[in-house]
Amino acid sequence: MGAEIFSITVDGVEVQAASGQTILEACDVAGVYIPRLCRHPDLPTTGTCRICTCKVNGRSAAACVTPAAARMVVENETPALTADRRVLIEMLFVEGNHPCPYCVASGDCELQALGYRLGMTAPTQPYQWPGLKVDATHPDIYLDRDRCILCARCIEASRMQDGKTVFGFEGRGIAMRLSVDAAGGLGETQIAAIDKAAHVCPVACIVIKRSSYRVPNGERRFDKAPIGSDIEARRARPGR
Amino acid sequence: MNAIHPTPRPADRVNADEAKAVRGIVTQFGSDRGRLMDIVLAVQRRFGHVGDVAVRTIATSLGIHAVEVNETVSFYAFLDRAAKGRNRVRLSKTPVSFLKGAEAVAAAFEQALGLSMGDTSDDGAFTLEWTSDIGWADQEPAALVNGLVLTELTPADVPSIIARLRQAPDLAGPPPSKVRSSLVQSGPLLSVLQARAAGLRAALALTPDAVIETITASKLRGRGGAGFPTGMKWRLTRKASGAEHYIACNADEGEPGTFKDRVLLAEFSDLVFDGITIAGYALGARQGLLYLRGEYAYLWDDLQRGLEARRDQGLLGASVGGKAGFDFDIRIQLGAGAYVCGEESSLLESLEGKRGSPRDRPPFPTERGYLGQPTAIDNVETLVCAARIMEEGAAWFAGFGTRDSTGTKLVCVSGDCERPGVYEMAFGITINELLDVVGAPDAQYVQFSGPSGQAVAPKDFGRRIAYEDLSTGGSTMIFGPHRDVLATALQFSEFFVDESCGWCAPCRVGATLLKQGMEKIVAGRASLADVRATEALADTVVRTSRCGLGQTAPNPILTTMRSFPELYEARLSAAEFEPRLMLDDALREAAEIRGLAHTKVDA
Repeated sequence: MGAEIFSITVDGVEVQAASGQTILEACDVAGVYIPRLCRHPDLPTTGTCRICTCKVNGRSAAACVTPAAARMVVENETPALTADRRVLIEMLFVEGNHPCPYCVASGDCELQALGYRLGMTAPTQPYQWPGLKVDATHPDIYLDRDRCILCARCIEASRMQDGKTVFGFEGRGIAMRLSVDAAGGLGETQIAAIDKAAHVCPVACIVIKRSSYRVPNGERRFDKAPIGSDIEARRARPGR
Repeated sequence: MNAIHPTPRPADRVNADEAKAVRGIVTQFGSDRGRLMDIVLAVQRRFGHVGDVAVRTIATSLGIHAVEVNETVSFYAFLDRAAKGRNRVRLSKTPVSFLKGAEAVAAAFEQALGLSMGDTSDDGAFTLEWTSDIGWADQEPAALVNGLVLTELTPADVPSIIARLRQAPDLAGPPPSKVRSSLVQSGPLLSVLQARAAGLRAALALTPDAVIETITASKLRGRGGAGFPTGMKWRLTRKASGAEHYIACNADEGEPGTFKDRVLLAEFSDLVFDGITIAGYALGARQGLLYLRGEYAYLWDDLQRGLEARRDQGLLGASVGGKAGFDFDIRIQLGAGAYVCGEESSLLESLEGKRGSPRDRPPFPTERGYLGQPTAIDNVETLVCAARIMEEGAAWFAGFGTRDSTGTKLVCVSGDCERPGVYEMAFGITINELLDVVGAPDAQYVQFSGPSGQAVAPKDFGRRIAYEDLSTGGSTMIFGPHRDVLATALQFSEFFVDESCGWCAPCRVGATLLKQGMEKIVAGRASLADVRATEALADTVVRTSRCGLGQTAPNPILTTMRSFPELYEARLSAAEFEPRLMLDDALREAAEIRGLAHTKVDA
């Protein structure tokens, strides 16, 4: 391919990028963390959460879907952008039901971790109380739609990696929901607990039964280091 | 089919019959997944809904999953997963329909049928519901009854409509309606028309590059409101490499208060087809697509007859207009009730049979559009302009309007004025001049370019309609002195809640939170901090939303805040903090259980 290498500037820091890379990909390699939620490194980009919105040459753009181009000037960690991202995280908190203190995902939850990282205390917007039913029809997996943030990761994973297309969206707007490929619930679908789709949920919507507390609270991923630390560590070790 | 039940139970037989019919419909559309919209629309027409049996059968026949069929069906307002009434009464819900009395008409229907809006009668005869603007803002209150249009309804009309529907559910024969042409004033674009296809014949005498040069020289810009130079769009599309090139005509005219494309499609369809064909020639396309909003389904038969006539005359098909090597035809894709499909990348998704969620750009449609091929997407009016430019010349066109906004604009006027309708106006006219022409001397404000546009106050009535000043897709809703500006802004906010596609968080959740914030303001329960929080939230939604719908959804609030700060001030609560929770409401259920209904709970 012979990708062209050029540099962009992110918050004043020069970052190397290659043609075909998005801003977010280039920054990940360079160890510059841009907060993101829906994006998963193993899956196609869906761009549903817009948390990675940056100022690119003065205009708002989501870093996960914007191709890097030579001499781009990107603002990432500014007070204004952090405030916007905090509002987006808040929106997802109030849209669903996310009781962190007793949630099985606490400490492993990317939504919670971003709330901490971006300085959210309590949501200021009104809770929407979706009141959706839990789908426990599958022997090994349950689905708690009140936690769903509609990121589309499971949809992509099931379609692209598992080849099963177990998940999809239903309805539109604020009434949009995650739906499954069977009228009788998850138990009637082809999903298995070892599927990729069962392991990419950033929150506690898709949960593997009987496994939730194998790692105790306090010893989980984001209990130890804030979200994004792994990416930022690359910058601390320039040899990589 | 199996040994245990040699005689199928009645329900199975019905299901088997339905499945067979659905399989036939799938086959009719070439078992092509890309034609899923046509398939589910045909099933909806045949069975009144797209039920579980149909979804499963379609999925099996197309070799896809039921969840994927459901994704598409559940997205569109005019497709139903569950059975609804045999007669569908859909009343247009807009601030303009409300100020013309739509609520009284709704109440009359509710009373006559013993139903509430949104409900279906027990005998399955009627479903009564609100729908977003149906494109008749000049003749509100308007309704779609079994797909046909009734306009200027009054409560007195309701009994006869219901009686007629009970007799003949398909409203056979001409509907008892007062529908009249919406075109009030035509100008150079729509008068002194030459023979059919004059523009096309002129174009075919030139090379495709010369056609694009002519359009570029005319300085024609997109009439949907964004104003992208048409010549440049066509050149980009022509130059982009792809196995096929496409021209898509955007007739998903969903912006509340707009109805000019309906007029063009109903009364000037040959000019529309000319424009599409000219674009096809210029781009090197073999197929044109016309995406017709579901609300305009009643135009389908006439448009198809128009296409048939053009095929007979050699204006479509092989060697169009006798031009060897230019083979071109047009397919009409019907939509199914989704405002967002007017956004060009959502329109492409819908054309491909999917949910109308927008795409991220780049790549732009000019590089990768319909089926991944270079596609130019142009507004109906833009293509009509292109046809007339080829007929009369670039200089003729550039002779109208202003330096940066050449030609004329079809302005759709509705609301509090004497003569609503479509007016062809040269660019550069001021709002004041327009208000004089349409008879609205005492306008309190103008909602300009629809809810996604801006609320223009009298202090700005001297501004000009032009890309360089006030850009517009055409919608011009006038509100008189006695109208409640903030309540209207709230109604527009509700529209965006109904029409958000749901894909991206800021629009999906933000539209609802903005509506709730506005409700508190309109109720006089918002503190200054609340108003500021709503404004900040609106700004975030503008900055972070994925497509134009979300980016403009806060406009009704933001632009009224800018134009009418004093009205917000007048509604402010003096309290520093007003709880969102209303104690009486929160405790109502408990109070009712305890038999304390109507008892006021003191805080």
